[in-house]
Amino acid sequence: MISREYIGRRSSPIEWNIEPGHIRRFAEAIGDPNPIYYEEEAARAAGYPSIPAPPTFAAALRPNDARQGIAIDWGKLLHGGQEFVYHRPIYAGDRLTLVQTIQDVYEKSGKAGTMDFLVLETTGRDAAGEVVFVAQSTVVVKR
Amino acid sequence: MKVGDRLPSLTKDPIERIQLVKYAGASGDFNRIHVEEGFAIAAGYPSVFAHGMLVMAFLGQLLSERVAPTRIRRFSSRFKAITWPGDTITCHGEVVALRDGEADLKLWAETQNGTITVEGAATILV
Repeated sequence: MISREYIGRRSSPIEWNIEPGHIRRFAEAIGDPNPIYYEEEAARAAGYPSIPAPPTFAAALRPNDARQGIAIDWGKLLHGGQEFVYHRPIYAGDRLTLVQTIQDVYEKSGKAGTMDFLVLETTGRDAAGEVVFVAQSTVVVKR
Repeated sequence: MKVGDRLPSLTKDPIERIQLVKYAGASGDFNRIHVEEGFAIAAGYPSVFAHGMLVMAFLGQLLSERVAPTRIRRFSSRFKAITWPGDTITCHGEVVALRDGEADLKLWAETQNGTITVEGAATILV
């Protein structure tokens, strides 16, 4: 069982410089051939100011882990759900600061027995301090 | 665009273990369960399996083939079933609501057997 005392715990901030090579590598990994992710020229020709990030790229910007020190068996962990809210698009060249917060901890019983749920929220802000995205991840830990 | 409109579906290449390694590297998600067969088997699974986020990324590709990725305001997924190496995922999407300047879509990823592994929702600027 994961203690509810962890609710509200925040990671230390981490800065990510969004590199075109990272976006390209991500697009390659997911098998998306759209040239806007690979070439600055193609992105500009399509009307973007720079190479845009694919819709789930924010997941590749890892915050420092707010779960640090919590005993979690990674073999029993499953990703239950994910949400991204974008306040503005992410582009190559952005410099974002990410902080992760443990939003909620609860347990639920079902067919598969009792499981622990952790809701993690990561907020990415730009250099001006404006929120660019909020990513919420629900992870399930089987007992 | 009107309610009930379907996005052209997207069928991805079958998932190979090497793709899971590439996705781990590109995303920084190094949970061993996706890349180390022995770890996955010890955890009670028949083999390694895909990151849920990889399949969500497929839904993102479906969406961004029709909508500029920069017009997506909200994008969510629920991971319903495991996607295994060898599975061929087909992504589908449908417009479910239209408001002032925004549309809601439902998205889903299904395997060659018809199992829906990921259900998604998106709000886009139109």
